[in-house]
Amino acid sequence: MVITTRKKRVDELARADMETSLVAGAWRRLRRIPVFFVGVTIMAGFVLVALSAPWLAPHDPTAALLLDQVSKARNTIPAPQPGYPLGGDDQGRDLLSRLLIGSRQTLLVGVLATLIGFAGGLVLGTVAGALASWVDTVIMRVVDAMLSIPSLLLAVSIAALFAHPSQLTVILAVAVVQIPIFARLLRGSMLAQRVSDHVLAAQALGVRPSAVVFRHMLPNALSPVIVLATIVLATSIIDAAALSFLGLGNPDDTVPEWGQMLARAQDVFDTHPELAFWPASCIIVVALGFTLCGESLRDALDPKNRR
Amino acid sequence: MLRYTLRRLGQMTLVLLALSLLIFVWLHALPGGPVSALLGERATPEAARTLTSQLGLDQPLYVQYVRFLLSALSGNFGASIGVQPGIPVTQVFLERFPATVELTVCAITLAVAVGIPLGYVAARRRGGLLDTLSIIGSLISVAIPVFFLAFLLKYVFAVKLGVLPNSGRQDAIDATRVTGFFVLDGILTQEWDAVLNSLEHLVLPAIALAAVPFSVIFRITRAAVLDVQDENYVRTAESKGLTGAVISRRHVLRNAMLPVATTIGLQAGALLAGAVLTERVFNFPGIGDALALGFQQRDYPLLELLILVAAVVYMAINLVVDLSYGMIDPRVRAG
Repeated sequence: MVITTRKKRVDELARADMETSLVAGAWRRLRRIPVFFVGVTIMAGFVLVALSAPWLAPHDPTAALLLDQVSKARNTIPAPQPGYPLGGDDQGRDLLSRLLIGSRQTLLVGVLATLIGFAGGLVLGTVAGALASWVDTVIMRVVDAMLSIPSLLLAVSIAALFAHPSQLTVILAVAVVQIPIFARLLRGSMLAQRVSDHVLAAQALGVRPSAVVFRHMLPNALSPVIVLATIVLATSIIDAAALSFLGLGNPDDTVPEWGQMLARAQDVFDTHPELAFWPASCIIVVALGFTLCGESLRDALDPKNRR
Repeated sequence: MLRYTLRRLGQMTLVLLALSLLIFVWLHALPGGPVSALLGERATPEAARTLTSQLGLDQPLYVQYVRFLLSALSGNFGASIGVQPGIPVTQVFLERFPATVELTVCAITLAVAVGIPLGYVAARRRGGLLDTLSIIGSLISVAIPVFFLAFLLKYVFAVKLGVLPNSGRQDAIDATRVTGFFVLDGILTQEWDAVLNSLEHLVLPAIALAAVPFSVIFRITRAAVLDVQDENYVRTAESKGLTGAVISRRHVLRNAMLPVATTIGLQAGALLAGAVLTERVFNFPGIGDALALGFQQRDYPLLELLILVAAVVYMAINLVVDLSYGMIDPRVRAG
């Protein structure tokens, strides 16, 4: 009886410790970082545009509405004109509509790649950090081997495994590269949790090992991982663009995606750099938004900055 | 120190062995596999069978793996089947390696030469205009896709302004080859026009490639200097009346350089990945270009060698970085 109430007490302590010193403390510090709000605004704007793109887009992004203004011989593409503020692409499709609709796939690539990388890293990192025996050694050696290949090279190798590239293969390739990074970080913070006082207290009170891992260690080990996730989201979008550039992207351009639009614009870059400029600007702004958020979160969660 | 080095080399060998197995499996999982890559999609079944047994692909997998390891150890990785057909991939590698070394050395030099001083000054004048501007600059250079930056530089300086060449390593000029490093060759043979010409070809790719490492080096330097300059030993140095220059050099910079050194080493991977993109944009005939082309043309033997070499180089650089700790920080030497 006494022991159960004590167990409850430890649980409450763990939760209270998290809520007051981590979340609330982080928020108190975040409010003082103006850059954080710039990042959040960009992120929110991006998600909002992606969600409402079908209503925002003035035209069908796949219809060659301005085809008569495209001339391969004279090397012209539709210029900006009434109703088409950014002009058309080299297929005569409205550029603005393609950018707006493209935000959806770009968001999907970023979010899915991050989620898959996070989930894979979560499993590997938790197992390695929680068991810390020969399992840890084996997992970390595999992670080291994966990290010994430069990330883009690894992504490209994985993308090449698929005979028919598609949006899904791009997402998978970009995601797998993130797994060892998440795994390593999570293992590190799990190991730090293992020897922390509240975990030792829980163990001493006879809390079940699985409860120790999932209720006491994992929640407290997650904060650096969340920071990493925001930054990984930005790099996934950029890496996906690089895959498209190397010819391993989604060949189907009826579903526009910014990285793919940027990669496709390379052929006409010398004559029409604006075709690359717009999707590139979108990618840069969004990547910047997520990076700013991640960096401010990192600063706010950093124990060194706690006062 | 020696024991540490040996242990690290042992670990590296293990990781390499694991990696070779991964690459081997990867190669066998690739769509089509080496036979259809060699013969094309429309090969007759007999031809495919003959080649399969010639290549030993009908043997059990572990036999194939051991054979692959043995021939790889003797430096035989086969001939290129796409990028430079028929030429041994080791030769393709040796021809292109100097180009990438020249490019990456230029890029990392540029990144260090700009990143460290800027990071130092920004930290010393924290919150100032220069600090703010360089932080914005460093954030943008990470957010910008490398190949877009490369295209942009090429468009502005090569196409519009025409002040720098837009592709290749050197114009078709009469230059003597000694080492394969074009800049070094020019210096050795005192052909200064060849040196200048190679350097002109290096400027734009090097800037594009330097963007990411610059940003990281700048930010780590800035953070490290901020950390160090409030330490007690810096205050002690100030209070015992040492001059600003001595404090900067001996107390602040030296202690701040430890994380920076690691970072520079870790940039090797980013550089190699960046080289794949940059070299492709500028048609710069290096390893990165060969990798990009190899993937497009499914040149398996070439990819196998290049990825393995990339991993070796990457790990070797990180070993050197870890060893260099001892030189910067005497405390590490003991451990």
